[in-house]
Amino acid sequence: MIEIRFHGRGGQGAVTAANILASAAFKQGKYVQAFPFFGVERRGAPVTAFTRIDEKPIRIKTQIYEPDIVVVLDPSLLETVDVTAGLKDGGIVIVNTEKSREEVLEKLKKKPAKLALVDATSIALEVLGLPITNTAILGAVAKATGIVDLKYVLEAIKETFSGALGEKNAKAAEEAFDKTVIHEL
Amino acid sequence: MTEYKPIKKVVSGNYAAAYGALHARVQVVAAYPITPQTSIIEKIAEFIANGETDIQYVPVESEHSAMAACIGASATGARVFTATAAQGLALMHEMLHWASGSRLPIVMVNANRALAPPWSVWDEQTDSLSQRDTGWMQFYAENNQEVYDGVLMAFKIAEDKRVSLPAMIVESAFILSHTYDIVEMIPQELVDEFLPPRDPLYTLTDFDNPISVGALATPNDYYEFRYKEAMAMERAKKVIKEVGREFGERFGRDYSQMIETYRTEDAEIVFMGMGSLMGTVKEAVDVLRKEGYKVGAVKVRWFRPFPKEELYQLAKEVPAIAVVDRNFSFGQEGILFNESKGVLFNTDARPLMKDYIVGLGGRDFTVNDVRTIARDMKKTLEKGKVKEEVVWYHLKR
Repeated sequence: MIEIRFHGRGGQGAVTAANILASAAFKQGKYVQAFPFFGVERRGAPVTAFTRIDEKPIRIKTQIYEPDIVVVLDPSLLETVDVTAGLKDGGIVIVNTEKSREEVLEKLKKKPAKLALVDATSIALEVLGLPITNTAILGAVAKATGIVDLKYVLEAIKETFSGALGEKNAKAAEEAFDKTVIHEL
Repeated sequence: MTEYKPIKKVVSGNYAAAYGALHARVQVVAAYPITPQTSIIEKIAEFIANGETDIQYVPVESEHSAMAACIGASATGARVFTATAAQGLALMHEMLHWASGSRLPIVMVNANRALAPPWSVWDEQTDSLSQRDTGWMQFYAENNQEVYDGVLMAFKIAEDKRVSLPAMIVESAFILSHTYDIVEMIPQELVDEFLPPRDPLYTLTDFDNPISVGALATPNDYYEFRYKEAMAMERAKKVIKEVGREFGERFGRDYSQMIETYRTEDAEIVFMGMGSLMGTVKEAVDVLRKEGYKVGAVKVRWFRPFPKEELYQLAKEVPAIAVVDRNFSFGQEGILFNESKGVLFNTDARPLMKDYIVGLGGRDFTVNDVRTIARDMKKTLEKGKVKEEVVWYHLKR
C-alpha cells in the first residue's frame, strides 16, 4: 500500500487533489481511498488530505501517520508545518516552490530519498489565472512517483472539472509534469 | 434475471447514500442540512436539478419538521428518504417515535457525529444509539459500499408487510461521509427487479378505505399496539436475513447474517464493534495473527433488531470478547457492551468480556490501538477474570 499526504491551505484544493489522485489510480485499476483531515476549516488555514493506493481492497480507516509520499501545495507551509513528520525511509517529497533544492532541504526536518520541485503557482497563474495549484501539482506527482500515469491524472481532472475548466486544469498538470525537476538524494 | 454488471465509482459515503436513494427510486425527500450529512441532500438536490429524478424535495426549517414531513409523505404511500446527524437527530427524537408508531417504512441515513457540548463534528455513535428505543431498525455501515447497499436493502426490509417499520443506516462522520472509496453501483433495472415500487398496506390517500394516523388509543388498546410493534421488530430479523441473502445472490455481496465474523474459528479473543472502525480492526486481526495471537473480529451490522441468537452462538465458542465502543451511556458503560452482556445472562455462555471506550469525538482508532487492546485482553484471559470492566482506552494521564 502506498500512502500519500497532501499539505495545503484552505481554498487551495488539497482535498480535491487527494480525490483526483485516487480517481486516477482507480482508472489505472488500483484500489483507492481518499479523505481529508477535518480541522476547523478556514480559507488560508493549513489543511491535510490523504490518499491510499493498493493492489487489494483497503479496509483501514485511520489517518496516515507514516506516509510514503508527501505533497506540499503551498511553499509557506515549510516554515510552519513539519511536512516530513513520519515520512518513511526512502520517501518522496514533492514541493510547489520557486526555491532551490538547497533552500527547500534546509526547511525539511527529514531528508527524503527523492525531492521533486515545481513552480506550480506560476503554472497555475499562467494557465488558470488563479493561484490554485491542486491540479498542477498532480502532474508533478505523476512524474516524481510513477504511482499513476499522467494520462489517468488528466482523465480524472477532466471528469472533476467539466468543459473548458477541465481542459485548462489538465493543461496545468501536463505543464507541471514537464517542468518538475527531480533530485535523487 | 438480467446479468449483473456493476458500475464502479469512486465516491464519498455521502454520495453513496445519495445514489442509494436515487437508485431506490425515492419519491419524497424532506431534510435539513447539518455537517457532516449535508452533501447527501446536496447531491440529491443536484440529481433533481439535472433532471435525473422527479423526487419531491421539501426544504424545511428544522430536523423535527423534516421528519414530520417524511411521516406525512410516507402515510400517503410514498417512498421517503431523509438524512441527518447528531444534534439534528436529537431534535428529531419525538418524530422518530411518530414514524415507527405509525409503522411507516421511512429510510434515513444518519452520519454518526459526537453530540455537543463541547461542540464537535467528528465521529461517535452515541447520537444514533441514543435513539435505541424509538422503534427504528439500525444498520451500521463499515464502508461506503455498505452505505449504498444498506439504503437499498433498508427500503426492502422496512416496506416488507411483515415489518412496516422505519430504518436508519448509520455511517461514520468524515471517516465514511467524506472519504472517497470505490463503490460498486447496481444498474437501475436490476435495482428495480430487487426493489419494486412500494406497495403499502394502507394509505391516507385511499379514499375508499379511509384510515386515521396518530389517533388516540385508550389503555384498552395502546398495549396491543406496542405488542404488535415488538413482534414486527422480531419478524424483522427473519426479513433482514432473507433480504440480505437475496441481495447476495443477485449482487454478490451477502448480508444474510446480522453479524459478520472474521477469523473467529479458533480465536481466543474476539474484538466486537460496529461501523467503520471494524475495517481497521480486521486489518489489525491480520497483523496480530502474524504475531501469534489467536484473534478474530465480529462486526455487529444490525443493532436493532439486536442479533441476540448470533451473539449467543459466538459467545459459546469464544473465551474472551473485547468490545470496542465508540459511544458511552453515562452511569453505565459502552452501549454495545451493555447490550451484548445482557443477551447472555440467561444462557450458558460465559466469555470474559471487557469494554474499551474508543474514538469518542473522532479520536483516531488505529491498528496499534487494537494491538494494545489485544495484549491487555490476553492478560485478562490468563488471569481468568475481569477486574476492570470498562477501560477508557485513550485517556491522557
